[in-house]
Amino acid sequence: MEKKIKITINGVTVEIELGTSILEAAHQTGVIIPTLCYHKDLCVAGNCRVCIVEIAGQKRLAAACATPCEEGMEILTNSFKVRNSRKHIIELLLSEHNADCTRCYKNGNCELQKLASEYKIVSQDFIRLAESKNYTIDMFSASIIKDDSKCIRCQRCVRTCAELQGVNALTVAYKGDRMKIATFFEKSMVDVVCTNCGQCINHCPTGALVEKNYIEEVWDAIADKTKHVIVQTAPAVRVGLGEELGYEPGTRVTGKMVAALKRLGFDAVMDTDFSADLTIMEEGTELLSRLKRTLVDHDPTVKLPMATSCSPGWIKYIEHMYPDYLDHLSTCKSPQQMFGALAKTYYAKAHHLNPETIVSVSIMPCTAKKFEAYRPEMHDSGYRDVDYVLTTRELAIMIKQAGIDFMKLDDMHYDSLMGESTGAAVIFGATGGVMEAALRTVYELVTGRNVPFENLNITPARGMEGVKEASIKIENALEEWAFLDGVELKCAIAHGLVNAKKVMDSIRSGESDYHFIEFMACPGGCLGGGGQPIPTSPEIRRKRTEAIYAEDSGMPLRKSHQNPEIIEIYKNFLINPLGEKSHHLLHTKYTTRKRF
Amino acid sequence: MTTGYQLKRADFIFKNQNDWEEILSKNINRTPQELINELISSELKGRGGAGFPTGLKWKLSAEAVDDTKYVICNADEGEPGTFKDREILSKVPFKVLTAMAVCGHVIGAKEGYIYLRGEYFFLCMELNKAIAEFKFYCQEINFDFTIRIFMGSGAYICGEETALFESMEGKRGEPRNKPPFPSSYGYMGKPTVINNVETLAHTYTIFKYGAKRFYDLGVQYSRGSKLFSVSGDTPKPGIYELELGMSLADFVDEFGDGDTKAVQVGGASGFLVPRKRFNETVIGFQGKLTGISLPTGGSMMLFNSSRSMFNVLDNYLEFFREESCGQCTPCRVGCQQLLNGIKAVKRGEKNARYLDKLLRLAETMQITAKCGLGQSIANSFSSIVENFREEMIY
Repeated sequence: MEKKIKITINGVTVEIELGTSILEAAHQTGVIIPTLCYHKDLCVAGNCRVCIVEIAGQKRLAAACATPCEEGMEILTNSFKVRNSRKHIIELLLSEHNADCTRCYKNGNCELQKLASEYKIVSQDFIRLAESKNYTIDMFSASIIKDDSKCIRCQRCVRTCAELQGVNALTVAYKGDRMKIATFFEKSMVDVVCTNCGQCINHCPTGALVEKNYIEEVWDAIADKTKHVIVQTAPAVRVGLGEELGYEPGTRVTGKMVAALKRLGFDAVMDTDFSADLTIMEEGTELLSRLKRTLVDHDPTVKLPMATSCSPGWIKYIEHMYPDYLDHLSTCKSPQQMFGALAKTYYAKAHHLNPETIVSVSIMPCTAKKFEAYRPEMHDSGYRDVDYVLTTRELAIMIKQAGIDFMKLDDMHYDSLMGESTGAAVIFGATGGVMEAALRTVYELVTGRNVPFENLNITPARGMEGVKEASIKIENALEEWAFLDGVELKCAIAHGLVNAKKVMDSIRSGESDYHFIEFMACPGGCLGGGGQPIPTSPEIRRKRTEAIYAEDSGMPLRKSHQNPEIIEIYKNFLINPLGEKSHHLLHTKYTTRKRF
Repeated sequence: MTTGYQLKRADFIFKNQNDWEEILSKNINRTPQELINELISSELKGRGGAGFPTGLKWKLSAEAVDDTKYVICNADEGEPGTFKDREILSKVPFKVLTAMAVCGHVIGAKEGYIYLRGEYFFLCMELNKAIAEFKFYCQEINFDFTIRIFMGSGAYICGEETALFESMEGKRGEPRNKPPFPSSYGYMGKPTVINNVETLAHTYTIFKYGAKRFYDLGVQYSRGSKLFSVSGDTPKPGIYELELGMSLADFVDEFGDGDTKAVQVGGASGFLVPRKRFNETVIGFQGKLTGISLPTGGSMMLFNSSRSMFNVLDNYLEFFREESCGQCTPCRVGCQQLLNGIKAVKRGEKNARYLDKLLRLAETMQITAKCGLGQSIANSFSSIVENFREEMIY
């Protein structure tokens, strides 16, 4: 039991745990203190000074986020001194901020704008500083636009990049009035170690970091009658989109989302879940083949552990940071790119379409997918496999622009051919999901039985712990897989690149003996992706996770190899997992990148 | 203008240091409690400018429970108009090293660092020689204490103790949130005593002559002597050791050129005192004294009537605008607003009443900035604008 202390906030005496910050204590007692640099995901910085409060007996004001409560503290959050100072600070921030709100992509979801509106900063007497500085806008990255003129130097992005991702692409440069958030030698985001994960966007309070949007391009494609525009939606989008459109976090809006996409004018609405199931077939088979070649053939060229390759942020991370471990990556493309390659081959053939006329759009919880779609190697269909990648947020913008009353929509189903999915595919959206889905299929393939977990729920793979471990002992394997009999399949799961680093370092040092590792770039997996609705917090991600697993357990089919459309595509088109067609369309190579 | 009170010179700091070996071996055989009590009874306060009681600082770190602790000598002498620490380190380095070692003995630290200002690189070689000699003696008497030099890179903010730790840890020199304070969470998160060069030199005096001798100097709340870096419009610039508690009028009598218009006490982050307040101003730490008592890190800049106070302020603000670390809003943006603001008033783009808005802003900066830098900009700004308002406008 923690020690309790008594403090007084605005005249009300409350009892709180020792060590609680003033900010936390205030929120527990129903007093709201505005913040900017504070974020639940990150360490406390205490640099914006918006959350200042008055403590009786102290001449100076204290930052509520950074000051722990002490016995008998008398705190005022709205005194004359606090109000005037806070107003000053907001005014100062605005004077340095390019407050061109109507032309800002974050208009309406900006924490500084909200604060300015709450405090009614109408008369801005201070001299405008933003215009006299030569700020640059970095638009070269395929995923992220960085506009220094809108930056308020809260360093949330810097802390995100360091603490959550361990990438450190963004850092603070210069001092005094020239202090800014910069990359290595102020290179463009496209030239540095940035993995395009977009977590900085998710944590930016203003419009200084936003995704590169392709909304107009998609509208143009839809309007073009000569084009056949198809769309795929990633697993995590269905549990996040609702937040942008008036629902509580954790609301599943799959059917409504499909209906909305059809109303927007897409010619076919299909599901990335289909290609997630396909990924499991390919990746699962690849894992078994690697195990066989190691355990039976003792082939030294085969690398274990095998790492998943679904998360493009993770892929770019390993290409930069551990280029000597690229052989450990599964050669499978991510579900988005598998879908893209099939859309302009399998789908085009089935519908007698010229692949040239197909515009393939994907809705992703991710900004790194934008970069992935632009990779030069992603042209295996003969065309760019995926033309435009939109984030969950961009889809919400399109739905609003089209005047669709989302809540009133009736649920609809995905179009067939590549629209069927299983529960195994849905959980791709959560950390541990790919692992769980793969184990469900691999175990059954090898033993002919279900995984030995109640209701197929592989609970060790679930949860928000940074690095998770799971292992399954294979017993009574089928004849073909007899060499695996008695083998304990050791798996690990890491989400957030800072955790990926831990696992990679343990592999490098030879401490770990895993066979299979799932890596996801973003905290919580795709559902906490850089393209998901803002804000994000551990609580919100937990709700989205619950929604994902609820969606899974509600599905009639919960194992990838049961998906009828998967069975069909192998019968009619791909023939075999890891077959020649698969090899051509569904697998890829990786590039060594420099570490700036 | 004289008050009849004569300036009392003192001569302790630069007096010979040949007895350092004796002082060291004598004091490391005393108990930490004894040494702390001696320091507390001397009422020595930090000579860097903030004036935190040194005895208490050592006591807090000594009480902190940890296997690893550090002693750091803050030689990042960056305050405009201060140049005393450089002199101490080049003339009497062994006093500082000895004091650090005694401090290590008191708090239980085995390692000490001298954080040397980037611009003082030229001191490095001589200082390293002294450190080597010191180390040799420590080994001889079986006393385990190692001192190293850490070179700063020229940022003013790194003189702030927590920014200094960050800098030493290889990070960007940005002040931390306080609490926790260095006595429990300092360099590398370990209990740390961080003292100014001069403070350490004074502890040497105390260990040598006893607390009483030190206590007898100065006045109530401001005990002992202090080095003053005298510069500006004066016929005899230089470093002088004087007893605390003198009136500014006496000081100007001694050092002024007969036309002193104002004195900047404590460097750019200190206060500007106009001629009409020389008599009532006392140089010492804040206490229950009558009159205005001004603490100082030792910088005394004299201005005569040929100087434009607008230019002086403009110069300070340019300095702060550039030397703010830039992390907290009040300091980063506030500095720019103050500087641009007085320029706009001077050019007539803003009317004179805008100065009042700036004064209120300075007050906000004082109570909301994260560290001492941002909090102290208001000192010089307000004292200059309030006393020389007409010079700001016309």
